[in-house]
Amino acid sequence: MDGAAPLFRMEGISKRYGGVRALEKAELSVTSGSIHGILGENGAGKSTLIKVMAGVVAPDEGSMTLDGREVSFASPAAANQAGIVCIFQELSLVPELSVADNIVISDPPTRFGMIDRKAQRRIAEEALARAGAADIHPLALVKDLPLSRRQMVEIAKALARKPRILILDEATSALAAADVAKIFAVLKRLRGEGLALLYISHRMNEIAELADQCTVFRNGRNVASYAAGSKSDNEVIELMIGREYSHIFPPKPVRLPATAAPVLEARTLSWTDRLDNVSLTVAAGEVVGLGGLDGQGQRELLLAFFGVLRGLSGEILIDGRPVAIASPAAARDDRIGMALIPEDRKTEGLMLPMTVRENLSFAALDRLSKGGIIDRAAEQRLIDDMVGLLAIKTAGLDIPVGALSGGNQQKVVIAKWLMRQPRIILLNDPTRGIDVGTKQELYQLMRKLADAGAAILFYSTDYDELIGCCDRVLVLYDGAVKRELVGAELTERALIASALNIHGGDATPRHGADA
Amino acid sequence: MKDWRYWLAEQRGTLLAFAIFIVMFAIYTANHPAGFTANVVQTASNKGVLLAFVAMAQTLVVITAGIDLSVGMIFTLTNCLASWLVIGTGLETAFGVIAVLGTGLLCGAINGAIVIYGRLQPIVATIATGAVYFGIALLLRPFPGGSVNEDLADALTGRLFGVVPASLVALFAVVLIVWVPFSRSVLGRAAYAAGSSETAAYMSGVPIRRGKFAAYALAGLLAAIGGLFLTFFTYTGDAAYASGNAYTLFSIAAVVLGGVSLFGGKGSAIGAIFGALAFRTIGDLLFVFDFDPLWQPLFQGVILLIAVSLGAFALFRVRNRLEWFL
Repeated sequence: MDGAAPLFRMEGISKRYGGVRALEKAELSVTSGSIHGILGENGAGKSTLIKVMAGVVAPDEGSMTLDGREVSFASPAAANQAGIVCIFQELSLVPELSVADNIVISDPPTRFGMIDRKAQRRIAEEALARAGAADIHPLALVKDLPLSRRQMVEIAKALARKPRILILDEATSALAAADVAKIFAVLKRLRGEGLALLYISHRMNEIAELADQCTVFRNGRNVASYAAGSKSDNEVIELMIGREYSHIFPPKPVRLPATAAPVLEARTLSWTDRLDNVSLTVAAGEVVGLGGLDGQGQRELLLAFFGVLRGLSGEILIDGRPVAIASPAAARDDRIGMALIPEDRKTEGLMLPMTVRENLSFAALDRLSKGGIIDRAAEQRLIDDMVGLLAIKTAGLDIPVGALSGGNQQKVVIAKWLMRQPRIILLNDPTRGIDVGTKQELYQLMRKLADAGAAILFYSTDYDELIGCCDRVLVLYDGAVKRELVGAELTERALIASALNIHGGDATPRHGADA
Repeated sequence: MKDWRYWLAEQRGTLLAFAIFIVMFAIYTANHPAGFTANVVQTASNKGVLLAFVAMAQTLVVITAGIDLSVGMIFTLTNCLASWLVIGTGLETAFGVIAVLGTGLLCGAINGAIVIYGRLQPIVATIATGAVYFGIALLLRPFPGGSVNEDLADALTGRLFGVVPASLVALFAVVLIVWVPFSRSVLGRAAYAAGSSETAAYMSGVPIRRGKFAAYALAGLLAAIGGLFLTFFTYTGDAAYASGNAYTLFSIAAVVLGGVSLFGGKGSAIGAIFGALAFRTIGDLLFVFDFDPLWQPLFQGVILLIAVSLGAFALFRVRNRLEWFL
């Protein structure tokens, strides 16, 4: 901004993870006594930028200045010392310790070498009061608090460190409206006290209410900075998208809606506070996308279908008949024939130290064996088929699967499930961290499987993918289906607008549940 | 909620272990031919404190979400060393004691350095170092033997004022000098935080490495105190492999009985002490009820299973099955 010299400035910051560039010559300057909103899509580089600021990640190049002097942070502790405190999206509280223990954790008050519990209690109570959360007992264990309360503790903890720059990364995503209002009052007061605040949020109305200055990030760069309120929601969305569209998607078949009977159907599925009356259908040959911001219940929905969640209410129907799916083993049973390609292939999809061959046949062992003995010839045939079909590049079937590239690992996960010839395929953000070439192969495979009669439910955080691959997309917000986008409605603008739950863009509201 | 309720929730494991021990010990003394006399208490105390020291050692490491399979061997090694050094004039004995405790501290520090800076899994690292420590013990005492300053030994295994077992007083002193300061220091807090969630602790700028290192080193020290007391009770050093291993395994059992979570971040050495005393009392109970000592391992196993099952009830409340594996 004009006049006041910035308190903190980042220039030419770049960061790569392997081949993926997370930040490319990014710039940002922060002024005291103001709230700076940061906007951008999933993966636009916001989180990496924050991590660089907070000393969690070292940038590959670029410089940072604080009070006009060049600084670099070797650790979060070093950034804290300099007065930069970040409230991360993933909570940084220690669950088995008490609220008070957590609030003073980076610098506990001591007396005679021991932690001064009275002083600790006092600091904690002050910090909780400052954060507008005086109702939280300082002796309660963090693990016993609900998520929204933990978020308040996180804010109190940040305040106890007397920050000059306070960064809030999606800090309100877990909060109820009443708590958000309290936080906003606190943040405005802190601005009055001269703090610099960085506020990252997907909720545009929050940014509009709070921020003085906004910066939009896209593809690892800051593409625009403007005074808050000087641009309309639609203009901001344009800035967030503005990305070249690549023609790597297979053509979609032209089809009339609701020609085929649904293979998979959900009726009013609810689970804890994460799923809220979700109803949907997926027909044979159809690719249905799940859109929305990260963490709006998409993952839980897939887990619900796959028999992982307990205490689920509502109905799941396969071929029009209600079924109770009690475990992943029941879900993959031939009568249901479901497969889930998990999001985290390293923990839920693969056994990394075991060989490619072993990993491939795990899910299909019961089909390949008679009387408990594996038919090695049949196993080999099927494995050869799959390696050919998916073009898995591996030096051999007997090397550890951990030695393969990310894209090929993901192909192994998919091949492993295809060996069961599933009729219903659930995909949980399968292209995360995969190169473009492999992505393209996966898109084509998905369409091929659908054409062969599979019903596919596909969750992705990448809007291009949803538009390019899906026949329909259901957008989730806060555990509920907010919009259904079909055919020409399926645009990036409509996806983002409905993901942010603002009623604009060219999408029509969803008309009730599927009849 | 009132403060005391939070305190109660935090101490639940310790109080449960305390209750189990009191009940078992009451049954034991009630059925003992001599009844609740100073003599009976002294004998029980002397047997109990050995495992109590080793269990305290194990607690420190388990709190960091690690495990120390060498505590029994440090216990054995320091016993053998004490049978050479803790002898002679008062000054010589004092130096001997310091050397023995220093050795234990060093053994623990080596474990810590390997686990933290060498980044080996605690289970593997301490199996290896345990074997090394036992090897050294065997070189020191190929055959049982040696001796100890008997005045000191008798003073520490006898009774104060004719009633209070001295070994119990020593245990209490060690709790006050080692455990209480550690658990209330920044390093102790760091050890708990690292055990509960290492990433969250790191993100908060907690001195994780120093906290864990302190936990491992002090574990070595506590095991050495146990080794010293073994020497006071037996007057000899004995590099007994089976005994060292048994102490390691029993220390894990005692820790679990005492409400310390093997996943780290939760529990107290006081709980582990009562866990150890309760575990020891099982054998005494079989004795007063005239069971064949052959039954002892079986009963210890059953008690342990019951105690561990109490902790597993929480799993019934889990609603996302993937959390079973966390």
